[in-house]
Amino acid sequence: MITLAQDVQNTMSTGESIAFWVLGPLALFGALGMIFARNAVHSALFLVLTMLSLGVTYMVQQAPFLGFVQIIVYTGAVMMLFLFVLMLVGKDSSDSVVEVLRGQRLAATILGVGLAALIVTAIARSLTEVTPVGLQGVEANGGHGNVENLGRSIFTDWLFAFELTSALLITAAVGAMVLGFVDRHTRGRKTQRELVEMRFRGEHDRPSPLPGPGVFATSTSVATPALLPDGSVAPESLSRLIDSVGAEDLDEEREAITGSAHGAEARALNPSTREGESS
Amino acid sequence: MTRAELLADDPLWLILIKVVVVLLIGPLLTVFMIVWERKAIGRLQQRPGPNRVGPGGYFQSIADAIKLPFKEQIIPATADRKVYFLAPMIAVTPALLAFSVMPIGPQVSIFGEQTVLQLVDLPVGVLVVLACASVGVYGIVLAGWSSGSPYPLLGGLRSAAQVISYEIAMGLSIVGVVLYAQSLSTGDIVEAQQNGWFFYLLPFSFVIYLISMVGETNRAPFDLPEAESELVGGFHTEYSSMKFALFFLAEYTNMIVVSAFATTLFLGGWMAPWPISLIGDNYFNSGWWPILWFFGKMFVLLFCFIWLRATLPRFRYDQFMKIGWKVLVPLNLVWIVLIAGLRAIRGESDVTTGQILTYGGIVILVIIGLSFAFDRGRVIEDDDQVPITGGGYPVPPLDLEIPKAPKRKAVRGRNRRRPAAVGAGTDAEKESNDGDL
Repeated sequence: MITLAQDVQNTMSTGESIAFWVLGPLALFGALGMIFARNAVHSALFLVLTMLSLGVTYMVQQAPFLGFVQIIVYTGAVMMLFLFVLMLVGKDSSDSVVEVLRGQRLAATILGVGLAALIVTAIARSLTEVTPVGLQGVEANGGHGNVENLGRSIFTDWLFAFELTSALLITAAVGAMVLGFVDRHTRGRKTQRELVEMRFRGEHDRPSPLPGPGVFATSTSVATPALLPDGSVAPESLSRLIDSVGAEDLDEEREAITGSAHGAEARALNPSTREGESS
Repeated sequence: MTRAELLADDPLWLILIKVVVVLLIGPLLTVFMIVWERKAIGRLQQRPGPNRVGPGGYFQSIADAIKLPFKEQIIPATADRKVYFLAPMIAVTPALLAFSVMPIGPQVSIFGEQTVLQLVDLPVGVLVVLACASVGVYGIVLAGWSSGSPYPLLGGLRSAAQVISYEIAMGLSIVGVVLYAQSLSTGDIVEAQQNGWFFYLLPFSFVIYLISMVGETNRAPFDLPEAESELVGGFHTEYSSMKFALFFLAEYTNMIVVSAFATTLFLGGWMAPWPISLIGDNYFNSGWWPILWFFGKMFVLLFCFIWLRATLPRFRYDQFMKIGWKVLVPLNLVWIVLIAGLRAIRGESDVTTGQILTYGGIVILVIIGLSFAFDRGRVIEDDDQVPITGGGYPVPPLDLEIPKAPKRKAVRGRNRRRPAAVGAGTDAEKESNDGDL
């Protein structure tokens, strides 16, 4: 059995070995970089590099579907969401050295050692006991194409496991939506229409926005108060921040606007025209 | 020999020629697309567009392409320099890669060597295009983040959410095509359209693909990552010189790729269109002619991109996401269930088309009847509704009638009487930001 396995291993083509020696170190470099990078976004990018290398390795190993799905789903969607969150958190947030969960280092060490043991046993078994099957040419994957075979085994032999997994995923997605959903009404935000109705019901001070300053009516200064139709100053238009122009300074303009001044016309708002009249 | 066998037979020099051609298609068409877009939008807005360099101004983008790399390069002090350098390259590379799986033509002979006009025909060719799109977003997102200022970051975040959402809609609309073609390889999908192009066999998939391809490439009216009115320039605000040119190249190459992909999936790829396909026992469907049909269909779609940009205003971001998730994805799912069910029923030998139509019609009638029955109680008059108009407060009535616009003829006449002083200066200012290199 072992000699057979080695026979198949020995037939690894040059292209395959070149691909391995390029992609393997790249994947390892990405993994190490992910751990040692100071910046969280750089860490995520190193992980992307590892995932891409793994995806290409799958393609080289005659599993094109798996390789491209790895790139689309993991690199394209999952890591992108990670990056999304990291970018929102901010680039200056660095690792915190304070241990928040008690005993997490101990637990992490034990679990890590356990995982390493599992991986080593699995690799050891695959090197000694499993017979590799050649996947070359048209006969790859047992006579049909890679995609057809995958589809057939997922939707016939492993249908129940597949359905269970999809149910689990849907549950997780719905759970995330339920937890993340905040009803607009419980948060106190109202629609535009509700706000309008509240205003007209008198739950706000006034139905309309505050009047702006009288900038364009008589001068170019925001300190000018707005005038009501009867010529009096609109008190809401006075700013709390800016010293308003004294009301008596505006008498002339007010007379001009109300029409009580001699010879004033509706368009005679410009002081220069008034001077022209007086001369 | 099948396509895959013909391709596997290629000698090295032929593969190299194909690689060079595939890599050049993107940049060359980009140069043409930029000037074509500026000219076409100009004509749509009744102005000449660029008209100084070369015949009819058509060399304008060559001049721009020479000028752009020599511009000064400005890197913001807050930028994350490594990622800032990497981002434009990540944006361009996958875009150029995606063209390698497009079947441009059937079997031809190049210097005596029989081959197919396609670089590689993978059994998962459709997924290659999707993978390239999903890796390409990294360029935009990282550009936004590494610039170190808020507007690009917002652009990058928008782009990430947008492309992931629309890739789902796009992938679902491809499912219908794959179901009909029974293959994921692009070459087989074109061959499967021998008896009918998929755009009329799968109309819903086609329409949803067209919408999501505009969203996927960040083009107007879905160009929210670079919305000039909201985010200055979006993700490329802080980029200049060659790096900006690379983003430009990536955007236009992506447009070209999704158009070529739509041609392959829905418009019969390299096959001759209907009246021409009748001539001489489909003579124009062999040899080098199909390149003409392929690029012709592609240019029709590319013109639609330009047309959309000149016509439609930009969407609001939340409305845009709502369309993607609440309209396109559910519609697509229902459509997939429908066509899968139809195919399953037609597989049964004792069901005739007449029966399918009869029962389908009954189901549709029942659905319409139910929708009427449930819709009647929808509009309920609210008794304690506050009267918003008529309270003595100056508010326009809700049923305000907009006065009719004056007749066009009169307006045009008035314009003619005005001296034609509105010259090239204002026209140049009107040039859109994107086209203004």
